[in-house]
Amino acid sequence: MRHGKYPFIIGFLAVPVALYAIFVVGAYLQMFRLSLTDWSGYGAFKDVGFDNFVKLWNDEVVWTALRHNGYLLLLLPIVTIAIALLFAFLLNVGGGSKGGMTRGVWGSKVYRVVFFFPQLLALALVAVIFQRVYGPDKSGMINGLLPDSWEPWLFLADENWALTCILIVLIWQAVGFYVVLFSAGMGSIGQEIYEAAALDGATRITLFFKITLPLLWGNVQVAWIYLGIAAFDAFALVNIMTVNQGGPNNSTQVLSMQIYLNAFKYSQAGYASAIGVVLFFLALSFAWLTLRVTRRDNATA
Amino acid sequence: MSDITKSELDRRSLLRRAAAVGLAATPAVGMLSACVGGGSEEKNDQATGTKSADNPLGIDPKAPVEIVIFDGGLGTKYATDVDTPMYKKKWPESEVKYTGTEQIATTIKPRLNAGNAPDMINNSGADMMDFGAIVKAGQAADLTDLFAAPSFDIPGKTVAETLVPGAIEQGTYDVEGGRKPFAVNYSFTVFGLYYNKKLFDKNSWTVPTTWADFTALCDKIKAAGIVPFAYAGANASYYMVRAIMTSAAKIGTEQVLKDLDNLKPGAWQAPAIKQAAEAWGQIGARYMNKSFLGLRHTEVQLQQNQDKVAFYPCGSWLENEQAASITPNFEYAVMPYPSVTAADQLPATAINAAAGEIYFASTKGTNVQGGKEYLRVMLSKAAALEFTKLTKSLTVVAGAADGQTISPGLTSGNDMLSKAGKDIFMGYLWDTWYKKMNDASLEAVNALMFSGGDAQKFCDTMEKVAQEVAKDSAISKNTRV
Repeated sequence: MRHGKYPFIIGFLAVPVALYAIFVVGAYLQMFRLSLTDWSGYGAFKDVGFDNFVKLWNDEVVWTALRHNGYLLLLLPIVTIAIALLFAFLLNVGGGSKGGMTRGVWGSKVYRVVFFFPQLLALALVAVIFQRVYGPDKSGMINGLLPDSWEPWLFLADENWALTCILIVLIWQAVGFYVVLFSAGMGSIGQEIYEAAALDGATRITLFFKITLPLLWGNVQVAWIYLGIAAFDAFALVNIMTVNQGGPNNSTQVLSMQIYLNAFKYSQAGYASAIGVVLFFLALSFAWLTLRVTRRDNATA
Repeated sequence: MSDITKSELDRRSLLRRAAAVGLAATPAVGMLSACVGGGSEEKNDQATGTKSADNPLGIDPKAPVEIVIFDGGLGTKYATDVDTPMYKKKWPESEVKYTGTEQIATTIKPRLNAGNAPDMINNSGADMMDFGAIVKAGQAADLTDLFAAPSFDIPGKTVAETLVPGAIEQGTYDVEGGRKPFAVNYSFTVFGLYYNKKLFDKNSWTVPTTWADFTALCDKIKAAGIVPFAYAGANASYYMVRAIMTSAAKIGTEQVLKDLDNLKPGAWQAPAIKQAAEAWGQIGARYMNKSFLGLRHTEVQLQQNQDKVAFYPCGSWLENEQAASITPNFEYAVMPYPSVTAADQLPATAINAAAGEIYFASTKGTNVQGGKEYLRVMLSKAAALEFTKLTKSLTVVAGAADGQTISPGLTSGNDMLSKAGKDIFMGYLWDTWYKKMNDASLEAVNALMFSGGDAQKFCDTMEKVAQEVAKDSAISKNTRV
């Protein structure tokens, strides 16, 4: 077995590593290189040192976008994880125990599948669907359900609420996946632990906080990082759904949208790369910080 | 064991999925560099032939030519069924390699940067390339010889002489060595206020020419339970920008717009701009509700087809775009924007009509002269007429569709053109030259029209952006004369 080990591993890894090196690492390296140039996206370019980063520092729109990413970063993981944990708990343990077995609420098998549906839709489709859900006149789905005498809600056309509308879609789309992730995690928690706690007279709430959550910590941590990265992105929804791609009045502007606009619309690929570099480091430090802060000795099941 | 351990998806495959999602969610930054090109300045070997009266551009009659057409609102039939056969008839030995695509930048940009581009490219659609940047990068061919060549089928005239005024200027850019034309803007769009002629006839509403008449009519329309005027704030604010620009030019002549194009300090504070913004801001505040800020052009245009909206600011492509939604009770007609003041320098009949839809020959092709010859074919009277028949859009070939009855909207637009006579102006180019300014104007016009109509704020915002663009050395500048 020993002799064949390395060729075996290399055989498996070569293709994915090569793909990763070309399409991820290579792309990042080029981005770093371009961030120091004035490349328009067409033809030749010359080096401009750190000019792009200076410009970025003074760009109000980039700061606005950053604040919006921060808002998503703050709320997307926590709300999604809270909802997903609640649903997963209800699906698996929420029905109480009968004959020494914990079980989910009635119909949990159906819910489990239903919750996963949003995950199966392409994000672009979700965006188009929610555009109609959020329709700002009586033809919109939510406004159509409201009483006729009410003024239609503006949703994405309202500067104060537009970003929250995007956040809600992000949550709606993500929850199902994390329900399944947490369900699977809960499945690996030993039945006897629940049994013992139930014998000691623990309520469902105690079960959740004292047993389920600590034993699920590893999964929650992973979820937090993925959702954080998703909060740094949000490009597809903003691009498709919002007024004037990031409006009204930049109220839904995010960094990824700024990269897109600068690279492909304003022909400032160098500058866009600089924003990309910033985003790269932001996402990296976020992941690192999350892992540091949420580290729990021996609790990562 | 209980059923919780028997979930269909085991933990490992879930984590694997999760990893895939994580990867996909990593910001789209990496995509950026997908099209990094060499900064190569070398020229491709070009196929050429001997110039003669029959072959004014000196093409190699045997060399193949590759063309790319945007497959969008205008379709591709005019190229495949009209232009290519005409070209083949003249040059039977030259093979035409044709591609139609909706994704111009995605398919063409990498090829331009790699130096193996098609010879003639139709740069259009949502995924169009920044043409100014292409010119600056030396990837578009100088078309001076094309415009100086004799027309394909109008004897005794050069190509330039067969075109409507302003058609060449629109594709002219400042480069080292002076101002040169780099693009054929082929379709000719008439801008104005579109309405349903049948609805207006039924209510005996007459077309207003002064602002007072316009607002009086809007009041009447509002009383009839119809939104008098609307545009789509979510993705079509540029129609509204054009309306304001047109009104400004009618108040203070096209010079007002040229100053904007030239980024002249204070140009956005000109009285004409402010008056126009003021007048339109009032229309927004009085007649439009805020829901239009969240609607898309398709939704508002459909509302107009259902007689829920009366006036819609747009260009002459509208009728073709809405063909599927037009009912027998609907007939497009167009009127010029009414005069804002009694002292307007241009008459009420004056209109904005501009060439659009860029076609260019690329220096990164291998048969640039062939690409130009294809353009010469397109600019023939015969091809232009067929184009108009197929797309219901006029072309820059002057008078090519005269005397044809093609559709009510087109006839109405043609009427408006002939009534305007010499008072047709090309408009402005800052929106295509300076994309950042364009995007800022979309936001500024929405703020003007939906938040109470503060004209001074509109002027201030745009003036600030214009001066920022003027100062930004990374943005290449153009001038208008």
